Amino acid sequence: MSVTDRSRLALVFRRVLMLLLLGLAGGLAYAVLSLPDQAVGLSDRVRANMETSGVSNPVTAVLLNFRGYDTLLEMAVLLVALLGVWSLGSAAVYRRSNPEPVLLSLVGVLVPMLLLMAGYLLWVGADAPGGAFQAGSVLAAAGILMLLACKRPPVQLLGWSLRLVLVLGLGAFIAVGVSLLSASGMFLQYPPGLAGALILFIEAAATLSIGVTLAALFLGGRLDPDA
Amino acid sequence: MEVAVENMPWGVMVILLPLAGALVCFLWPRRSVPLGLLGALGVVACVTGLCWQVVEQGAQRYTVGGWGAPLGIDLYADGLSLLMLMMTAVVGLGISIYSSGYFEHKTAVVFWPLWLFLWTALNALLLSADIFNLYVTLELLGLSAVALVALAGGADALTAAMRYLLVGLLGSLCYLLGVALLYHSFGSVDIAILAERMELSPAVWAAVGLMSAGLLLKTALFPLHFWLPPAHASAPVPVSALLSALVVMASFYILLRLWLEVFPPGAAAAGQLLGLLGATAVLWGGIQALRQTRLKLLIAYSTVAQMGYLFLAFPLGTSFAWKGALYLLLSHAMAKAAMFMAAGNILRFGGHDRIADLDRVAQRLPLTLAAFSLAGISIMGLPPSGGFIGKWMLLDAAFYRGQWWWALILIMGGLLTAAYVFKVVGYAFTQAEVTHEASRVPAGMEWTALVLALAAVLLGLFAPWPLALLDIGFPFSGGCAE
Amino acid sequence: MNSILLYALAGVGLFTLGLYALIVHAHLLRKILAINVMGSGVFLVLVSLGGRTPGASPDPVPHAMVITGIVVAVSATALALALMLRVQAKTGQTLLPEERLE
Repeated sequence: MSVTDRSRLALVFRRVLMLLLLGLAGGLAYAVLSLPDQAVGLSDRVRANMETSGVSNPVTAVLLNFRGYDTLLEMAVLLVALLGVWSLGSAAVYRRSNPEPVLLSLVGVLVPMLLLMAGYLLWVGADAPGGAFQAGSVLAAAGILMLLACKRPPVQLLGWSLRLVLVLGLGAFIAVGVSLLSASGMFLQYPPGLAGALILFIEAAATLSIGVTLAALFLGGRLDPDA
Repeated sequence: MEVAVENMPWGVMVILLPLAGALVCFLWPRRSVPLGLLGALGVVACVTGLCWQVVEQGAQRYTVGGWGAPLGIDLYADGLSLLMLMMTAVVGLGISIYSSGYFEHKTAVVFWPLWLFLWTALNALLLSADIFNLYVTLELLGLSAVALVALAGGADALTAAMRYLLVGLLGSLCYLLGVALLYHSFGSVDIAILAERMELSPAVWAAVGLMSAGLLLKTALFPLHFWLPPAHASAPVPVSALLSALVVMASFYILLRLWLEVFPPGAAAAGQLLGLLGATAVLWGGIQALRQTRLKLLIAYSTVAQMGYLFLAFPLGTSFAWKGALYLLLSHAMAKAAMFMAAGNILRFGGHDRIADLDRVAQRLPLTLAAFSLAGISIMGLPPSGGFIGKWMLLDAAFYRGQWWWALILIMGGLLTAAYVFKVVGYAFTQAEVTHEASRVPAGMEWTALVLALAAVLLGLFAPWPLALLDIGFPFSGGCAE
Repeated sequence: MNSILLYALAGVGLFTLGLYALIVHAHLLRKILAINVMGSGVFLVLVSLGGRTPGASPDPVPHAMVITGIVVAVSATALALALMLRVQAKTGQTLLPEERLE
């Protein structure tokens, strides 16, 4: 098949695909439009159970209490992605070039602020929008800023301690769940008095893990201690 | 504190044990092989415990967090999920033992955490009764599978892994959009509650269409199978085995749950279409397998064909047909894992897997060839194997419903399978033109292949018990009853 | 139509646009971006339709689902990008074999 024939075929293919996808979009739009205007969903049930959930922010309650099992699996997904990235190769070797002075001074100002913000987001997650993932992302941003300014962590921290921190969030979640299992009978069933404290504990461990995992993902490869 | 064995939360332990094992293997890489094997044995023990619990007490529903659906997430173990769990446990143990001899240390430290995470995802998927939770488990499964495929490291494996990842993400996103539409139609993501509240509406049709499309992509039904042969063939051997035996099963299981429990009318509507696609997969996969010159690609195309058989149960719709398809799935898992392991042994022995150059493998690796042949018997559907039982049940259902054309497909598929299995076995007896240096194959690797192949054949002899297990919880009472 | 439906339809549009781009474009980075656009579309549908509650505050469950979905999407994107870089390192091109010109 000559080049012009192939490109003509490609054009026909694109047109047909566009038509098919327009049909799909139309069908989905019709499906969405056919949904009723008002729907309670699960908001009533969430509101009814907020008192025993241990937090007053409904999203945090759903994420860490009612559907905490989903969050546990999702943290496993994050760790698996990091494992996959690490299995592919080592992180690019950083040339010890001089980072720009503007970046360096900004890092000096921004990183402490970001750390403070992460702590605040973690704390306020119980009552207002916030929580482990939000705080973890901000922590990761601080880590990435430092990496961009060529400030890598000391070599001693790159081996077992790094792995421990990465596993901390998931480990805390499982540990709390299992101990509650042996105490009250159901996996991850928080006793109403302790729920708030346990959720904060899990979120704190998770924030640390998520922050370090995201920063490590940014590096794009294994951190070999001798590199 | 007195905890009776039958009241322990085996379902939760089945999920948490491989997860904890993965974390431990990650923290202590030097000890990953013994820790991983210990974890595998532990999972088998927990699955046995769950089996006892379900057989004694009937289907189990476990409310994680104590909240219960629709607010919380439920785990549900009935006969179907239990059978799939047991299959995963047996094949998983086999793969674990095989891998302990297969990988060198540098790759093994990466393999074990990923493999245990994948096993966690499989167990969590099989026990979940919540369609959003199923999405998260599907993603965990997909990402760990992709990372495992990429372990082989060559250009083939990396491009196959990239394609697999993109296809997997596309499938998951279609599935998630369907979940969104279902939640916003009925206010719950729990399967039992959705089944109660189900009403036909445009949103429901769209949702089931999207979810099915996504899951069919992940199960590699023709014509959405294009990603499977390169991914399964270029992965490391134990990974190929677990992909063909277990990972493609998972998305089919979700599809089955959806169509049997949540949306029974859909099965009747699209049944003939799925049957047609399944039939095409059987024939196309068989023909392509016959054309292959490399053993692992042949086995991968055989997976495409075997997956096609499963969809023949959709137009038939009787509980007998579903049970036949599931029995086929069960025996396929054992037989395909055994086949890939045998291919791995041959690869390790000769350094290549070109079929035409299989130099007297029959005489020099008798255990391996016996494993391959026994597995082939099950995949062909010859008595007395598990594959025969499955195909027999599908044939019976086809004639009962008067849809004799599926019987024709089953027979033709069997003939094609026989052709490519005998092709390999034939070359294994002949001397190749170019002889090569033979490397030693560890005994563990040969024996695991043989044991799994024997299991596939034994499934044919001991069929009544697994079939009776499928009745616990009556998952097949929806739709057309027999 | 009210704003909720506008966002939901935008989500549907993003999903379809992303699907088109995924199929048509050959470069791996574009495919990964297309997946991200599709993901954003699905999240938009999930979250916007949760605003149909009669009271002032929306349904929190879809919000939690989307937070989970975003984390999963970020993990998958990270793995995809690292894989893409390895494919480029090994084969010299950021294309899947079937998309390459001879």
